[in-house]
Amino acid sequence: MLSLAHVDVAYDGTPAVVDATVEVPDGAVVAVLGPSGCGKSTLLRTVAGLEQPTRGTVAWEGRDLAGVPTHKRGFALMFQDGQLFGHLTVARNVAYPLRLRRARGVAERVAELLDLVGLTGYADRLPGTLSGGERQRVALARSLAADPRLLLLDEPLSALDAGLRERLAADLHGILRAAGTTTLVVTHDQEEAFALADRLVVMRAGRVVQQGPIADVWAHPADPDTALFLGYARVLTGPAAARVLAAAGTPGAGPVAVRRSALALDPAGPLAGTVRSARATPDQVRLVVDVEGVGEVDAVAGPGAAAAPGDAVALAVDPARTAVVSDGP
Amino acid sequence: MTRRTAALLGLAALPVAVLGVFFVLPVAGMLDRGFWPDGRFDPGAVGEVLTRPRTGRVLWFTVWTSTVATAAAVALGLPAAHVLHRLRFPGRGLVRGLLLVPFVLPTVVVGVAFRQLLREGGPLGGLGLDGTPAAIVAALVFFNVAVVIRTVGATWEGLDRRPAEAAAALGAGPWTVFRTVTFPALRPAVVSSASVVFLFCATAFGVVLTLGGSRYASVETEIYLLTVELLDLPAAAALSVLQLVVVVGLLAVAGRARTVADPQVARSVARPARPRAADLPLLAVTALLLAAAATPVATLVVGSLRTDDRWTLAFYRALGSTADGTLVVPVTEALANSLRTAVDATWMSLLLGLLVAVTVTRRSRTRAERRLRAGLDGFFMLPLGVSAVTLGFGFLITLDRPPLSLGASPLLVPVAQALVALPLVVRTLVPVLAGVDDRQRQAAASLGAGPLRTVLTVDLPVLWRPLLAAAGFAFAVSLGEFGATSFLARDDRPTLPVVIFRLIGRPGELTYGTALAASVVLALTTAAVLLLVERLRVPALGAW
Repeated sequence: MLSLAHVDVAYDGTPAVVDATVEVPDGAVVAVLGPSGCGKSTLLRTVAGLEQPTRGTVAWEGRDLAGVPTHKRGFALMFQDGQLFGHLTVARNVAYPLRLRRARGVAERVAELLDLVGLTGYADRLPGTLSGGERQRVALARSLAADPRLLLLDEPLSALDAGLRERLAADLHGILRAAGTTTLVVTHDQEEAFALADRLVVMRAGRVVQQGPIADVWAHPADPDTALFLGYARVLTGPAAARVLAAAGTPGAGPVAVRRSALALDPAGPLAGTVRSARATPDQVRLVVDVEGVGEVDAVAGPGAAAAPGDAVALAVDPARTAVVSDGP
Repeated sequence: MTRRTAALLGLAALPVAVLGVFFVLPVAGMLDRGFWPDGRFDPGAVGEVLTRPRTGRVLWFTVWTSTVATAAAVALGLPAAHVLHRLRFPGRGLVRGLLLVPFVLPTVVVGVAFRQLLREGGPLGGLGLDGTPAAIVAALVFFNVAVVIRTVGATWEGLDRRPAEAAAALGAGPWTVFRTVTFPALRPAVVSSASVVFLFCATAFGVVLTLGGSRYASVETEIYLLTVELLDLPAAAALSVLQLVVVVGLLAVAGRARTVADPQVARSVARPARPRAADLPLLAVTALLLAAAATPVATLVVGSLRTDDRWTLAFYRALGSTADGTLVVPVTEALANSLRTAVDATWMSLLLGLLVAVTVTRRSRTRAERRLRAGLDGFFMLPLGVSAVTLGFGFLITLDRPPLSLGASPLLVPVAQALVALPLVVRTLVPVLAGVDDRQRQAAASLGAGPLRTVLTVDLPVLWRPLLAAAGFAFAVSLGEFGATSFLARDDRPTLPVVIFRLIGRPGELTYGTALAASVVLALTTAAVLLLVERLRVPALGAW
């Protein structure tokens, strides 16, 4: 188990990570989610031993790792752009950590790993001839070949285009579960985090603002900013929040985060409002509706719905797409 | 002190110690002689020297010849850089190699070749340029144009074509494209190569000494004359200080000019294009340059093979003799000395250069560390700025007495030559190491590779060619080094340039012809080494 306790990291006196306390249980996949510049990559590099904490401890199975150099930690770090060795073939890249340890049966293991990442037959290619997605897969195979105690992934999918990202995210999820590797992944993309991880750590401005099992964090964002970062469209407060909660039939009063699809056009719905704008997408019609007693909110309608600006409409609330938020600062 | 700082200092320890003993100490000794002539501080003498009319003349001569030569080298080098790095034609590699040869020709050989070309009865004797400043400027341009071609060419080669194409698509003509898009991108390279050429011109020794005699002196040759012939050490020290100040200023300018580019940006090497009609003037300039580079060399070769209007090998046969007792040892033995010395100087400068390059290119984590590295970087460039003559003389007066009685050590000459070659080695290796993405090393480390293994995996594959190229350059520099060696080589162990200079100073057809033949041998040896380097296809001379 990896445990960080009250870790501070600073560059030239400028704090990048402040008082981070995080645990990664054995076998778990933990995602650190945060906007760019929030210190999450620094956190990852600190775990890898590439940066030194100015305060606090990074420990593995209770043993402090201070003074243990990167190459002796047994944590494989996979970079955003793979960082394959350009002069080595795919097979030799993957074999690299195996050769370092003078392992036996290198060729078999390499073939096995290439199968695992879906690159059978790529052994003799050079990295320069591969697509971005293929390179990331090779990098993953190479990291897994190190048989790491902990796998560190730095934005593993963000360099890829959308379709590929979705496919590779699903693959990665399967591969990590199949290998049973304890993993810490850093990302700014909440979908990537949801696709890969069991647990979520949300960071903002160098601080950990929330962490827990992914469903819990999703259901109970710690504050309005976190809710917005997690993909909620708006956070309503005061009477507006009370009215939406009442319409959803959920008890509570505090601020409520609503997803874009939390309010849907429904003739029997309890909320009434006037359509301000409507935009059609292939799946649905996206509306902005001025709801009485709530104000402007996002809503959706079925693809065939006839809702034009100025129309009076009724809306229903889906409680599963709202979350009560703790009072933020 | 952190472990990283300790490691940094550990790496830098050997180069710093060597530079301290073999550079700072001699130069300080030289200054000590000048400013403390009788053991007490007496700057009056120095001030007196700086106000002498002759000093003013020497200074003015140095400045104007260097300025004119630099401007000419840039004007001729830019078209050639385009032709040799952006166009595709048969024999391009050969032309590149040939145009690089003048830069590494020993200065003494360049001087001898130009004299042979311009002297009365020589092929261009009719121009009446022998012994004029124009001859010196021409030789300086001949010598330095390769620096411009290489430095600017390397940048030009890596320029993305698309901004220029975008400008053309917006309606800009070829000249406007060059003025508004291409040149601004090249400017850092042009400025830094120009400042380095100016530096080389202003500190040129062998060329000015052989062509200018005592009539025309630059600061560098004046230091030589003052120390060796007039024994006026305060004056020599004063000029050394002046030169050091100017050169350090220039280095700072060059350093600023070269920090503009982001070294980590992967360069896209554009595919060279076929020459078009618009390229004709540029091709003509390049052809002219090639002819201008070949003429002195050809004259030299012809001169070494002719006597009394017939062909002869007599001068080459004389290489095995002592030229009627003019020399202590035959030329062949001097060549053997030169080669032995060059081998020693090469491994020394490579070892030091590698340590320096690794030290200054590792990523800094703190501002203090960054400043320390920048300081070391500047420190190791200092040999570029101090005249080889000052260095040689400093060796003579500081290292030949207790506690360092190294005067008789056969390693003294190679050490001095290694220091002269060090900046060149460092500048060849630094861009390569700086261009390696540090995350490659981190990736290797995170997969379990120790520091040594990381170097083998990440650095060595990109470094071995530049390392070999740097070895070639160091070897060539050492073969031709004259300024410091002229002080340090013992009479019974002279190097080839020293012997050539001694030969041309003596009257007689046989000695002069032997000097020509010896120059050809030296030039051939150097050119062979250089063409070998060219085959490695390294962007030679690095980034200044």
